[in-house]
Amino acid sequence: MLKVIRDLLKYDGRFRIAFIFLSAVLVMIILSFVSPYNPGKTFVVAMDTPPSPEHIFGTNSRGQDIFWWMTFAVRNSLFLGVVTALISRVIAVLVGLTAGYQGGWADKVLMSINDSFVVLPLLPILILLGFLLRDQMNLFFLAIILGLFGWPFDARLIRSQVLSLKERSFSRTAVYSGTSAFRITLNEHLPFVLPIVFATTINNMLWSIGMEVTLSVLGLSDISTPTIGTALFWANQHGALVAGVWWWIGAPTLVAIVLFLGLYLLFASINEYIDPRTRLRLMGG
Amino acid sequence: MRKFLQRYLLPRILQFLTIIFVGITVTFIIPRLSPTDPVEAQIAQMLSRGNQLDPQAVLSMRAALTEMYGLSGSPVQQYFAFWGRLLRGDLGPSLANFPTPVSQMIGQAMPYTLGLLITAVIISWIFGNLFGALSSYYPKNKALNVVEVLGQAVRPIPYYIVALVLLVVFAFFIPIFPFSGAYPIGTRPNWSLEFVWTFIQHAALPAATLVLVGFGGWFIGMKSLTSNIISEDYVVYAETAGLKENKILNNYIMRNALLPQLTGLAMSLGTVFSGALIMEVVFGYPGLGALTMTAVFRNDYSMIMGIAIYSIIGVATAVFIMDLIYPLFDPRVRYQ
Repeated sequence: MLKVIRDLLKYDGRFRIAFIFLSAVLVMIILSFVSPYNPGKTFVVAMDTPPSPEHIFGTNSRGQDIFWWMTFAVRNSLFLGVVTALISRVIAVLVGLTAGYQGGWADKVLMSINDSFVVLPLLPILILLGFLLRDQMNLFFLAIILGLFGWPFDARLIRSQVLSLKERSFSRTAVYSGTSAFRITLNEHLPFVLPIVFATTINNMLWSIGMEVTLSVLGLSDISTPTIGTALFWANQHGALVAGVWWWIGAPTLVAIVLFLGLYLLFASINEYIDPRTRLRLMGG
Repeated sequence: MRKFLQRYLLPRILQFLTIIFVGITVTFIIPRLSPTDPVEAQIAQMLSRGNQLDPQAVLSMRAALTEMYGLSGSPVQQYFAFWGRLLRGDLGPSLANFPTPVSQMIGQAMPYTLGLLITAVIISWIFGNLFGALSSYYPKNKALNVVEVLGQAVRPIPYYIVALVLLVVFAFFIPIFPFSGAYPIGTRPNWSLEFVWTFIQHAALPAATLVLVGFGGWFIGMKSLTSNIISEDYVVYAETAGLKENKILNNYIMRNALLPQLTGLAMSLGTVFSGALIMEVVFGYPGLGALTMTAVFRNDYSMIMGIAIYSIIGVATAVFIMDLIYPLFDPRVRYQ
């Protein structure tokens, strides 16, 4: 694992940037555990002071230090991304493997439902859901909901992978030697599918964290929990731009861009690494 | 022709109906999963906001709400009644603007969203594909590499953040574009040159958001598709035969990669549409997104429901239309 990271750092520029950005994010997450301020408390520091050595990102109109507040926000947003990704990965793997291996009617039915979810505009549906549940909403609950909607793209990807694996000679050998379909899927095919699952995990986190931002700015999540989305929500509520408190909008935007670019570049880099042909080319092989 | 209908058209029609069926069924189930009684919660919320409603209005509103949530009868009956109302195009009155029908308000907002969305999607698709193909054909070109890096850097950022950055930079710090709306308050839409110009100015940043986020995906997709085609024998042959470079690029390389990109366009419509909704919120552009935001803040359930249903039908129809025009581009389907 360490060797892989060292190789990637050496040969892949995108991985280097991803490494720097995600390290910054990681530092913020660690710092959130030693924060001098409670993010739930308001009016603990002077209001609306611009960025300074004392308050790196400045303070907001609610009397909170934006930097320390953002450390909690990043932690929570990332937590949401991980939970959503885990739930949707389980569904995607189940649907993808079943559809790919069973074929026939099961495949047809699963894939037409799958494709419907790919095509459907999810935001209006999630807004409807968020609107009806907004009194019960908390971060974990939102993560579960997003997880239930976030699988279709990847299920299709896994299915196509299984379809091609099914035609390989080792699958035939396994079938002719009497291995059950379930065992073949689990022992022979899953190991090939797992790297893709890992790459799509990151992509899915990008999607869910972005969706949280979208729902939060509409006030459809738990607005008392600090996340990147609720940071923007509170800034909008207080008319930060009109009042000239641009750093209140700027800080979450900057943090979001660092987080999203970091994850995306990691995704792109790993995706290429998984493909052995490009890996050889990168290392000049 | 019959073969075409059976092999091509029938599965597409089935898929179109499935999308609508799945989408509408999901919107039917969601309110029924809610642990609280939505009708009473809605009325309590409206009363607590200090709205002056006489008892008669509350009664008629409760009846309208029960009807609208479709909460009378068994779940099966409710489900069929729900479809019945949809097929009649009856989505009930808006709660915040009682009794204006939801359909009417959505109808007024729809052209703004559609106009902007279609223009932006076409622009980003064409430019993304063009630059992607150029970049794999001329891999050493510095300018194209810069375009690629920029496109890839914007691609993962959520629509809301991109819109916000554009707004802050180009309307706040460097005020060259208007802050919000589709045209200045107080002017009436007309066809004068002056009005059209301000209209375009107002649409520029919203459209730029959609174009910028979409561009990188088409670019990278086209690049990876064409990088395989470039080493094909027929391209090498065309080069040795001395065909003009742009002819090779247009007729031999790009053409073959356009089909998967068209399929990709159809698959991405739902996501782009969602992005357009949230982008409108940032720019206060008077389309469906702004309507959604107002509805959320004013607790207008029927409007949110209506927008969800219209969005599902709209996107499904758009995908279906794209499937229908696909044969125009694909000779294999055309000559079948």
